[in-house]
Amino acid sequence: MSLIADIMANFWLGLIIKLLIVALLVPVIGMIIGFAEMKLSAKMQNRVGPYYAGGRWGWAQLIADGLKFFQKEDVIPADADRQVFKLAPALVLAATVALVVVIPFGPDMAFRNLELGLFYALAISSLSTIGVLVAGWSSANKYSLIGSLRAAGQLIAYELPLVLSVVGVVILAGTMNLDGIVQAQIASGIPYVVPQFVGFVVFFIAALAELSRIPFDMPVAESELVMGYMTEYTGFRFLFFYLAEFVNMFTMSAIAATLFLGGYHFPGLSGDLATVLGPVVLIAKSFLLVFMMLWFRWTFPRFREDQLQSMAWKVLVPVALANIAVTAILKVVI
Amino acid sequence: MSTYFQDYLTVGAFAAFGVVLVLVMLGVAAILRPSNPTEEKLTTYECGVDPVGTGWSQTYVRYYIFGLLFVLFDVEAVFIFPWALIAEDLGVFGLVAILLFMLTLVEGLFYAIKKGVLRWE
Repeated sequence: MSLIADIMANFWLGLIIKLLIVALLVPVIGMIIGFAEMKLSAKMQNRVGPYYAGGRWGWAQLIADGLKFFQKEDVIPADADRQVFKLAPALVLAATVALVVVIPFGPDMAFRNLELGLFYALAISSLSTIGVLVAGWSSANKYSLIGSLRAAGQLIAYELPLVLSVVGVVILAGTMNLDGIVQAQIASGIPYVVPQFVGFVVFFIAALAELSRIPFDMPVAESELVMGYMTEYTGFRFLFFYLAEFVNMFTMSAIAATLFLGGYHFPGLSGDLATVLGPVVLIAKSFLLVFMMLWFRWTFPRFREDQLQSMAWKVLVPVALANIAVTAILKVVI
Repeated sequence: MSTYFQDYLTVGAFAAFGVVLVLVMLGVAAILRPSNPTEEKLTTYECGVDPVGTGWSQTYVRYYIFGLLFVLFDVEAVFIFPWALIAEDLGVFGLVAILLFMLTLVEGLFYAIKKGVLRWE
């Protein structure tokens, strides 16, 4: 362990190692969630799903899909705004990778333990929408444009509940450092999902909307908008949007797990064992939430655009504010 | 190097790395993939039928009023967070102040709902 600590003490060397880890982590998580989506969707619909690739269970399906994209022609429509069109997937992926930085995988085991980690996460999580807006605008396609405008409208509506729902956690923990929030949960003995259940529900709904997952998938509503902002994209550029979506699902789940489910802490574990098993615990909790998201996909029908807006403004924002008030009163007065 | 600077550097490096990842993978793919653009292939796909008119047609952006409300409440959130960090130290005085502040904004939201600006027709 001391060797690792020595290497990480050198900032530049540590940074390179961290980037290498991320280079592995991002595609692997994307593949795992992509495969889970295929296989679980199939199970929920009583189908078999991927079956042949790699022998058993079709486990190599996503690897085969990824390789297939290498030989796909890179078609950029003549009418599109070329430079901006090419930039959009990079923007989305940059925001996705930047969000991974603050997740605490164990005690002091985040890529960078920022003091205002929570604020940072909330800010960066809405950045990828700019990439989506850019993609839809530059495609010179009416459906793409409508899709990206919907994405922007959705962000405006659901950013507020997302931000306000975590204020309760900040009041309880007294810190915005994600590692500190986990430590505060360990100290208080119960994960914040118990005292902040309302906050957790609001956060999860808002996160689903931010990720454009069903029932909030209006930006890519296939039956209305072809494929939304992704319609004109092919090959790798198309793949990057999907990769970003899957990885964002994981990071948002990881942040939710950190804030509300006790993060890397598992009751009863302590000392070195807790440090080593920290990432495993956090990833398990995150995948539990990812599973919920996949489950929702085959449970709820899509919202209508106006229903989505009115739910955010008339239900979630007031509920989140009431949650803040109640939490603060309980914390300060009692 | 101060840790403050390292924070920014790490974040910047990660964001830049996202762009590099895209460039590298597209660069590798450029060696393998065919490139055979034809005029027909480069027309906008849209929904499968030949596109009509220009792609940047005028759209009614319905939610500019939502945008205004969003700015208001987002600024509110910025004010709430510093208080939330030290809510316990500020005690009852801080609590009453922030509740009055929140009440004012909720009143505004309630007014907007009653006025019907949040309805889509």
